[in-house]
Amino acid sequence: MTEAATIPAALDRYEVVIGLEVHAQLLTRSKMFCPCPADYTSAAPNENTCPVCLGLPGVLPTINQQAVEYTVRTAVALHCDIPAFTKFDRKNYFYPDLPKGYQISQYDLPLSVNGHLAFPVGGETVRCGITRVHLEEDTGTMHHAGDVLQSATSSLIDLNRSGVPLMEIVGEPDLRTPEAAREYLVRLRQILMYIGVNDGNLEKGSFRCDANISLRPHGVQELGVKVEVKNMNSFRAVQHALESEIERQTGVLDAGGTLVQETRGWVETQGRTISQRSKEQAHDYRYFPEPDLPPLRLDAAFVERMRAALPELPEARAHRFREQYGLTAYDAAVLTDTRDDADTYEAVVGSGVPAKLAANWQSGDVAALANEHRMPLQHSGLGVDGLASLLRLVDAGTINGPTAKELLAELYVAGGNPEALVRDRGLAQVSDTTELSALVDAAIAGNPAAAADFRAGKQQALGQLMRAVKDATGGKADMPLANRLLRERLSEQ
Amino acid sequence: MTPRTITELAAALRDGSTTPQALLADALARVERTDKDLNAYLSVTRELAEQQADAAARTLGDHPDTASPLCGIPVALKDVLCVDGIETTAGSKILRGFKPPYTGTAVQRLFDAGAVCIGKTNCDEFAMGSSTENSAYGPVGNPWDIERVPGGSSGGSAATVAAGSVPYSLGTDTGGSIRQPAALCGVVGFKPTYGRVSRYGLIAFASSLDQIGPFTRTVEDAALVFAAIAGHDPCDSTSEPRAVEDPLASLGAGVAGMRLGIPREYLGDGTEPGVRASVEAAFRVLEAQGATLHEVSLPSTDVALSVYYVIAPAECSSNLARYDGVRFGNRVERASLTDMYLQTRGAGFGNEVKRRIMLGTYALSSGYYDAYYRQAQKVRTLVSQEFEAVFKEVDAIVCPTSPSVAFPMGSRDDPLSMYMCDVVTLPANLAGVPGISVPCGFVDGLPAGLQVIAPRFEDARVLRVAHAYEQATDFHTVLSPYAGKAA
Repeated sequence: MTEAATIPAALDRYEVVIGLEVHAQLLTRSKMFCPCPADYTSAAPNENTCPVCLGLPGVLPTINQQAVEYTVRTAVALHCDIPAFTKFDRKNYFYPDLPKGYQISQYDLPLSVNGHLAFPVGGETVRCGITRVHLEEDTGTMHHAGDVLQSATSSLIDLNRSGVPLMEIVGEPDLRTPEAAREYLVRLRQILMYIGVNDGNLEKGSFRCDANISLRPHGVQELGVKVEVKNMNSFRAVQHALESEIERQTGVLDAGGTLVQETRGWVETQGRTISQRSKEQAHDYRYFPEPDLPPLRLDAAFVERMRAALPELPEARAHRFREQYGLTAYDAAVLTDTRDDADTYEAVVGSGVPAKLAANWQSGDVAALANEHRMPLQHSGLGVDGLASLLRLVDAGTINGPTAKELLAELYVAGGNPEALVRDRGLAQVSDTTELSALVDAAIAGNPAAAADFRAGKQQALGQLMRAVKDATGGKADMPLANRLLRERLSEQ
Repeated sequence: MTPRTITELAAALRDGSTTPQALLADALARVERTDKDLNAYLSVTRELAEQQADAAARTLGDHPDTASPLCGIPVALKDVLCVDGIETTAGSKILRGFKPPYTGTAVQRLFDAGAVCIGKTNCDEFAMGSSTENSAYGPVGNPWDIERVPGGSSGGSAATVAAGSVPYSLGTDTGGSIRQPAALCGVVGFKPTYGRVSRYGLIAFASSLDQIGPFTRTVEDAALVFAAIAGHDPCDSTSEPRAVEDPLASLGAGVAGMRLGIPREYLGDGTEPGVRASVEAAFRVLEAQGATLHEVSLPSTDVALSVYYVIAPAECSSNLARYDGVRFGNRVERASLTDMYLQTRGAGFGNEVKRRIMLGTYALSSGYYDAYYRQAQKVRTLVSQEFEAVFKEVDAIVCPTSPSVAFPMGSRDDPLSMYMCDVVTLPANLAGVPGISVPCGFVDGLPAGLQVIAPRFEDARVLRVAHAYEQATDFHTVLSPYAGKAA
């Protein structure tokens, strides 16, 4: 791909205008309008269905209270206004994965409006308006015998996903670069996961994104012709699709052509977008108020309860970590990446481990092990308490770094009590000066050549002597102390 | 044996003079004798009925005092009401063979009370019509004159009660589909307040207008059935949570001192003289009972029909989208998805249903929504407000149920003249208010109906006024020729 060369050039001539629409499935126990489990991935096809989510004749929807709460929680986290009155509408279109022939959604009176999300991109703060956050239901899924529905000889429909609560977050066209678009999604996903409403899985489609993108010459107020891009299932895909689309649109405009308003799909394997449907082919969804559901009135007290119950959000938490624990901006960001990470960190520090020590271990060895075993610390055998206990032993000087590292690796999956193990296996480090001094003497006596080299000014020769001390203690020596004692003894003569 | 009412049968079941099984056998025999002519049934559910009759007999044997008055008594259900495992077609070819895997709430409440379901009754396809001529399974004959329509859309449910086959049935009323056929068949037909009876399990025509209600031979029976099926249902978000006022408590309280309103717009030029005469005679009866009558005005009546024929088709165009051949009902196999949709729906729906789907699709389309749907909703609000204003002046409204008596089959072949049948019933649906039709006389041997309408949730008042009128007259005791013949 050639974005690296063409994008900056294009940005020179045109202003890029990007607005994102995110669909996020809510982590409710049951579906949006029926009591079926909302978990659609672990059940056999069409197992988690009932007459309501199958759209059988005669059924009626009932609103999932938890889904409303999660949407309001999201809305307050995104600084939205929550109107006192909201309603559901029907969006009518025919498709085999839509059992009723309409999707229950929200049209002109959404659950929330007028929010924003601010985040840093390349050292500057980007503020993207949130037009609205509304609630709707997901469709079923289809499995085609063939590539696409129209050419498939047969298709299978799984309606486990039909009726899963889906939140649509519509962003304002405030984004100006693909990087900003990507960062917006990263931050939005992080917030949704922090507040416990979405699991953030782009690959499985529980967090999905469509992008609207247009170009206009710098200084022009009027928006250019908008293209909607779909089928992007990773942050990387979003960025690449937008870069590719900028390149394509620039090409058309530079050649004196005009763009058409259309929907295009990102084809990852080809690295380009292809046209799916033109404006003329767009559906007329014939929205009208859902007569089976009375309007919702959300009283201010309810909204305030949702607001009060909101956890500390990642940006605020990172800021506090810098202030309270003296962390670098980088460490603070890493340690607040997920709510679990941040909770872990605070639990460890709260148990008496110094802030910097906890930060180094958590973002270093612990993160590596979590990645290696594909198992976050909270679900590991060691657990948060185990890590805290291990790091207290390090802080107290009871065990040395290498021992701690080995223990951590051993206990991460298997679990165990670090204090008991250190005691039972005699892993406590040798930090008694008298004992270490004797071992230092023995090391010098046993490695006369190295000692002579060091005295002659060859600093590296100390390594061999250090190893000798370390080996003599079975790796348990307090190495900083051993280092000091060796240097003292070697400088004596 | 003369057809008897629920009240009479409940007593007979308790004094040992009959059994649920005997009542079932009698009902099935009557259907057997009459239905070749009437075509009131789309299916007879003998097996289900036998099980229910046996269960009801046990209940009555064990707990005769606490058993519901409906226990052991046969009932017929309009074929838009879902019953688990029983074919439910809504009078449409597209649902031929469809067996719902669940039972709707109102029907379940009847079953819980011990009702014995003998069958599913014929109706206009998806309840769209006023004559039952739009059924995909052939028209229903009126038991008073087999060449005439029974009204609609609940024609089968009205006809089977008028024929004396069952003491009661359930129908649905979206624009008059219970009250108008009740009037044309000479029985009682009650449409409760919108939201009073759960719609869960009712195959939707127009969600904001549909309501389930009973056909009976007496107002007391209507109150009994209403009491059994009414009340909040968590499965229907539009059902009313507040408790149901016991309609039997005030049933006999009479109309002395009541102010009754006669909307001048409801007795217009379209009203047949015979119907007008019957209804005006009914007014005198009510006056004699101590009520005072007052002329009132519902000025938007003339536009209510237009409003109805925007809103009902709009909702139906969406409600009927699920009949696409993908998951249930009948499919016409075609190579492409679009062709399958077109052929399935083209072959599965009748003309009136297609007409309303097209009307509704148009009314909701981009660019037309404001002019049609939104405007209709505004006028609908106006219609409701006019009812509210009138109910500040009077306790209830009395008027004809239908401008005409039963008309000959095939005589109203243009849609507009058919739509005019509901001109005095559909405003009640638009406003969500309860309405009832009681027999109020005969015009050349054909029944006429008196309609009583009260404010929302004053269902008990509707029944009380209708009962007072009924008790002062004997039109409800006159049996149709089929009820006589079958006996």
